[in-house]
Amino acid sequence: MKSKTLSTPPTTSDEAVENPWRILRAFTDARIGLGRTGVSLPTHEMLAFQLAHAQAKDAVHLPLDVQSLSIQLSSLQSQPKLFTLHSQADDRLTYLQRPDLGKRLNEISRLGLMQDSEAHDFQYDLAIVVVDGLSSKAVQQNTPKFIGTLFKDIRNTPSLTNIRIAPLCIVEQGRVAIGDEIGELLNAQLVIILIGERPGLSSPDSLGLYLTWQPKVGLNDAYRNCISNIRPAGLAFKDASQKALYLIQESRRLKLSGVNLKDRSHEKTIEHEEENKNFLIE
Amino acid sequence: MSQNYQYTLGKHRYQFKNLGDLMAKATPARSGDRLAGVIALSAEHRAAAQMALADLPLKTFLNQTIIPYETDEITRLILDEHDEQAFSTISHLTVGDFRNWLLSDKATSEVLKQICLGVTPEMAAAVSKIMRNQDLILVAKKCHVTTAFRNTIGLPNHLSTRLQPNHPTDDVNGIAASILDGLLYGSGDAVIGINPATDSVAQAVKLMKLMDEVIQTYQIPTQSCVLTHVTNTLEAIELGAPVDLVFQSIGGTEATNTSFGFNLNTLAEAQEAALSLNRGTVGNNVMYFETGQGSSLSANAHHGLDQQTCETRAYAVARKFSPLLVNTVVGFIGPEYLFDGKEITRAGLEDHFCGKLLGLPMGCDVCYTNHAEADQNDMDNLLTLLGVAGCSFVMGIPGSDDIMLNYQTTSFHDALYARRVLGLKAAPEFEKWLMDMAIFRDIDQVILPDDIPNVFKHALKSLPKGRV
Repeated sequence: MKSKTLSTPPTTSDEAVENPWRILRAFTDARIGLGRTGVSLPTHEMLAFQLAHAQAKDAVHLPLDVQSLSIQLSSLQSQPKLFTLHSQADDRLTYLQRPDLGKRLNEISRLGLMQDSEAHDFQYDLAIVVVDGLSSKAVQQNTPKFIGTLFKDIRNTPSLTNIRIAPLCIVEQGRVAIGDEIGELLNAQLVIILIGERPGLSSPDSLGLYLTWQPKVGLNDAYRNCISNIRPAGLAFKDASQKALYLIQESRRLKLSGVNLKDRSHEKTIEHEEENKNFLIE
Repeated sequence: MSQNYQYTLGKHRYQFKNLGDLMAKATPARSGDRLAGVIALSAEHRAAAQMALADLPLKTFLNQTIIPYETDEITRLILDEHDEQAFSTISHLTVGDFRNWLLSDKATSEVLKQICLGVTPEMAAAVSKIMRNQDLILVAKKCHVTTAFRNTIGLPNHLSTRLQPNHPTDDVNGIAASILDGLLYGSGDAVIGINPATDSVAQAVKLMKLMDEVIQTYQIPTQSCVLTHVTNTLEAIELGAPVDLVFQSIGGTEATNTSFGFNLNTLAEAQEAALSLNRGTVGNNVMYFETGQGSSLSANAHHGLDQQTCETRAYAVARKFSPLLVNTVVGFIGPEYLFDGKEITRAGLEDHFCGKLLGLPMGCDVCYTNHAEADQNDMDNLLTLLGVAGCSFVMGIPGSDDIMLNYQTTSFHDALYARRVLGLKAAPEFEKWLMDMAIFRDIDQVILPDDIPNVFKHALKSLPKGRV
């Protein structure tokens, strides 16, 4: 647990100088207005940082609770089927040192998906792949709510109402690119990967979204679009879902993804100059 | 053109299948080369490779390519633009002799500048592999590289900072709060540079306008940059956005840059567009590049080379476009490429040395992620070493915590620590502004005032009601 004495600034100190602009923390979680002793960090801020780093390091190694996530995600889709998959990285230490293994499914997972896709001859319009990545906490806490929001938005979008969505997939010890292999095996036109981003000091629960048109093994980042920092204190689920919806529609319309698919979902905001004013400019 | 190399130590003969393999085996150990399967198989194997490499004439790198000329535009760039005249001073040397020469009293700052365009990335990488950390520091310190836009970066005994006010949702007041925090700690002379949370043209334009207004309102002699894809910046320029610097992440192989979605022509087009805006006041270096060991392997585009050699080839790309700033983001990529503080430190010093030797305004994002075996002490060490080596700039971020990119880099406090213990200064134009604004009580001693300077008191008074 976070100790209160560490997270709040001291009331008095002989040497440390407080920064009056610390009140600007109302606008940001950035560590502004820390104060100083000489030009160095005051003791309580230095120790608060060390604690946050310790917690973030611990978060990297926390395993995903696949069973409870499966139950939560199953309730969001109409079909009972859901795939639980595993990369070729057997454990976390291997995962951290061998990203190549995290990008590919292990044999059992691959065969399972192949059997399934042989059982039907149609193509899915969309597959959603949930991957633990570097923060199982992000996936555990944020994917059920985000996918729930996205499904609702898809149902309410006329051009997407009838698209065929593949059973949800959960992957352990996976990297972003594993979604392309899964999308290819499932025979999906479009794949969305939801993955735990590497935990920050102030954000151990940040979720990333990647989208690939016609996924297949071997595609690189130039073929993907990304929406980052999806979490309650970051990009809110409803906003992230709107961005995802935009990318899905544009990708289907243009039949591509990646650097040639620009996110123009906020194009309108350019004209509203007033909303962009900040306190440094009158 | 492919040639075998070998070195005999006692009864054991070590074989290296080609020049790239020899370079890889001679590289000080790091996890990315292990991941790529190109690392030396034993410590003796590495030492033997270093001895074989030391015996190699520098001319070898002009006669043999490590990525074919026909298939890689960076190889073509390196060889087509090699300056024979500049090379003539060192053309008779082996790699081992080149180390001696670089460390010698002959190699003064002026002489190093003269040979700069005669040195290829592969020559720089090769010699760095047989240099100790102190060698990398000593030679880099002799290499003076000065660039300019609205201020002058890279003068001897100066250390600039990029003010990095990132915010996870690009909230304008959140960004402004971090900018103010940085300015009041004397940060931001290299650039005020934002990594946008969302990579769109509209977002980039919004952030460009925000920074431009701050710079103009407070008459700050510095430049701004939104670190978005080069094609986005090109579109922003077409839309009439106030673009100071064009940003792009670059790698050392054509295939790496293809995976990043650009090529040399794209950069040329962007440089030309930025120059046409004519926004610099004391210089026209308009490009800002970021690099980092491991990017080619990460993009599966390393051609069997070690990551430090690939990194150094990226500097040929940078050099072509006369950048204001080149930043090696050394610990960002994670433990699969640089495992711990020791590997990050070595890589930071190598990149800084190679970049400076090739004539680039090298700065370093002294950083680590939470899944690497590194901590603040490692960052303190590397920052101090780079400060001694004459590094052009480092990052400045509130409390070392980038809440958007989720990693730790150097803080505003850290930069002042380095300036104080090493007697380093901010860019002269910016330093004058800091004095005029009364941001320091004593700028030579790096002493801050106890109170907020008047001009910023005013901004704090105009805070939106109900928010704070």
